[in-house]
Amino acid sequence: MLYREAGQFRSSYAEDQRIFPILQDRIAFGVLLVAAFAIVPLVANQYWLAAILTPFLVFSLAALGLNILTGYAGQLSLGTAAFMAVGAFMAYNFELRVSGMPILVSFALAGLCAAAVGVVFGLPSLRIKGFYLAVATLACQFFVLWALQRFGWFSNYSASGVITAGKIEIAGYLFESPAEKYLLTLAIVSAMALAAKNLVRSETGRAFMAVRDMDVAASVIGIPLMRTKLLAFAVSSFYCGVAGALYAYCYLGTVEPEAFNLDLSFRVLFMIIIGGVGSILGSFLGAAFVVLLPIFLNVLFGALSHFVGIEIPHAWLSNIELILFGALIVFFLIVEPHGLARLWQIGKEKLRLWPFPY
Amino acid sequence: MTGKAIALGFAAALAAGLSGAAGAQAKEQFVPANFYWVGPYAPGGSGIAGGMLDYFKLINNRDGGINGVKLTWEKCETEYNNARGVECYERSKNKGPTGATLIHPLSTGITYSLIEKGTQDKIPIVSIGYGRTDAADGRVFPYVFPMITTYWSQNTAKIKFMGQQAGGMDKLKGKKIVNLYHDSAYGKETIPVLDAQAKLYGFQVTHIPVPHPGNEQQSQWLQIRQINPDWVILRGWGVMNPTALKAAARAGYPRDKIIGVWWSGAEEDVIPAGDAAKGYIAAGFNVSGSNYPVIQEIMKHVYAKGQGEMEDRSRIGSIYYNRGVVFGIVTVEAVRKAQERFGKGKPMTGEQVRWGLENLNIDEKRLKELGAVGFMQPLKLSCMDHEGGGAVKFQQWDGKQWKVISDWIAADHKLVRPMIEESAAKYAKEKGITPRDCSKES
Repeated sequence: MLYREAGQFRSSYAEDQRIFPILQDRIAFGVLLVAAFAIVPLVANQYWLAAILTPFLVFSLAALGLNILTGYAGQLSLGTAAFMAVGAFMAYNFELRVSGMPILVSFALAGLCAAAVGVVFGLPSLRIKGFYLAVATLACQFFVLWALQRFGWFSNYSASGVITAGKIEIAGYLFESPAEKYLLTLAIVSAMALAAKNLVRSETGRAFMAVRDMDVAASVIGIPLMRTKLLAFAVSSFYCGVAGALYAYCYLGTVEPEAFNLDLSFRVLFMIIIGGVGSILGSFLGAAFVVLLPIFLNVLFGALSHFVGIEIPHAWLSNIELILFGALIVFFLIVEPHGLARLWQIGKEKLRLWPFPY
Repeated sequence: MTGKAIALGFAAALAAGLSGAAGAQAKEQFVPANFYWVGPYAPGGSGIAGGMLDYFKLINNRDGGINGVKLTWEKCETEYNNARGVECYERSKNKGPTGATLIHPLSTGITYSLIEKGTQDKIPIVSIGYGRTDAADGRVFPYVFPMITTYWSQNTAKIKFMGQQAGGMDKLKGKKIVNLYHDSAYGKETIPVLDAQAKLYGFQVTHIPVPHPGNEQQSQWLQIRQINPDWVILRGWGVMNPTALKAAARAGYPRDKIIGVWWSGAEEDVIPAGDAAKGYIAAGFNVSGSNYPVIQEIMKHVYAKGQGEMEDRSRIGSIYYNRGVVFGIVTVEAVRKAQERFGKGKPMTGEQVRWGLENLNIDEKRLKELGAVGFMQPLKLSCMDHEGGGAVKFQQWDGKQWKVISDWIAADHKLVRPMIEESAAKYAKEKGITPRDCSKES
């Protein structure tokens, strides 16, 4: 019904290689983009923009970064939060120390700094794999936070080690309201998601996947292991770094190093596991699940106890929320171990074959 | 089917979340109760939430509100997590007829995240006994109130207490002090003031960090054993505190030489440590005990009607609970003060309450009316000074309860205030803020 593809012919290679080969997908995605860019800022209130959509986008970008490394190149990492921290603190320092620095350049440079750190801590990946590599990246997590807390330079010698993001000004235009910050975040995330999608469809992306599937075989067919693995670390850390800068500038405003703790690394890892390892869409779905579900549960329970009229002790509600969140993760992983993205893919296949799915 | 049910649930939740903002009624003063009831810091969060809300219920039940304006609130779980705290703030800021009156973030991290947002939305951020110290300079931070005592003030009071114990401040020369701190923004906040005091009084200070959450401190206490300091300042939070006391006992360090901050000095911090906690000293800007008139009134007007927040009645009168009552008193008095100027019996906006906070003056007479003499200290704020009190009492754990062992010990304002102003000026420069002129404020 939805996917009636009769009459859609591809007459050139370019058409065949499009990101969305099916017309309906192109339309749906176009509508989604128009809605996100034009309608949402008009309709949504401040709460939605500042507290739900912006963090969702920021975490999607971080998950996307990790997904490039873990999902596509097969290198397990627990240093995501550390790369985000590098991004946030370096963006702050570029803005603070170089006068007249354009903010987008700061974000890009902050991402490059994170990429450099990523390459250094990616070096062990040339020798070790899997869980052992995860432990090596754990070192990065602790080292970066240690350095940010120990050396006052990073936080401009602030007594408590926190940084406060300055104003966001691009070409004389001040991004101040939640809607403006949301739009900026959305624009950056969209552009970077598009770049990621194209990256994984390119020769580089295929090299990543070859290394993921079997690195010995990949090196036999002529893929340079060192360059590919380090490139994966660099690209992934770049994404995480920009996400960190956005986290500080567009979302929280003031951040402490402690905000980028191991807990956050795990949360981003859970996002890609739940959303779908090795899927761009999965990064977004996973971020939505992890960021938004606890909030929905919280609101839902608040509303429920309001409707029922019995006041349930709040400590119970808070705990039930956590229990339910955990239970839902287990449920989804049992139903579809490959994540929400795979669920969507199966659903789409069924829709394309509708009404006679097999 | 399941999918549909979940989707419906979401829709219901959404609708409820959105309509909550619209269902406003007049004659109500909305205060967000964004605290935490789960996680490693739940004893603090739930105790303080209980105390504050019980005090609000007392005002509603006994007085019919503040000059007839009933207090309302909504709970939101922050999990002591910055992102959740910001989400709760955004959710709650527009509720009630006038939006959020003021907000108690109850986490130094969340306070930092809210400073800019609160200033922009004109909602006072009241961080009683935590938060950003240099925000006490009201010229740079018009909407931030690190009230009663900041970390820096408390710290100077602590050094004064040590001086008193040693028999004079000049006796501190050559003494060794270890600052064992929770490795976070909260923990690091006192390092500069300690360094300044070390220079002033000639004592040696060693800063030793404990990584979050702090349930592993073997190497730190080994180091302390080697230094063998005269005093250890315990700047902990949550599970770090009993762990430190137990580790101190194991290392053989006398507990009556350990001085905790107020976030290390509640019943919940010492009871898990058992006998290891005996003799431990902690600072506090409020005291424990339920024999104060204000607590008795809560028992009479709230618990006797079965409306109390605390399921475990034995926690009433504990340090955290009483601290929550202090939060409640400050909130209610600020609204009352604002009403005096902007109209009695009307709900106040955040901006008006900011005026109320800045002109707050709870003197001994008012404390007596509130039934809180000795329970908290007199408090007077101004445009310049968003702190107000500045004194702490010291109390010692005798194995069963906290015993107050000192009078209110005032902070060293001469030392702290210039540091606050310097730090605030640096912030203002970084952010491009022009400080207010306090002589023009009315």
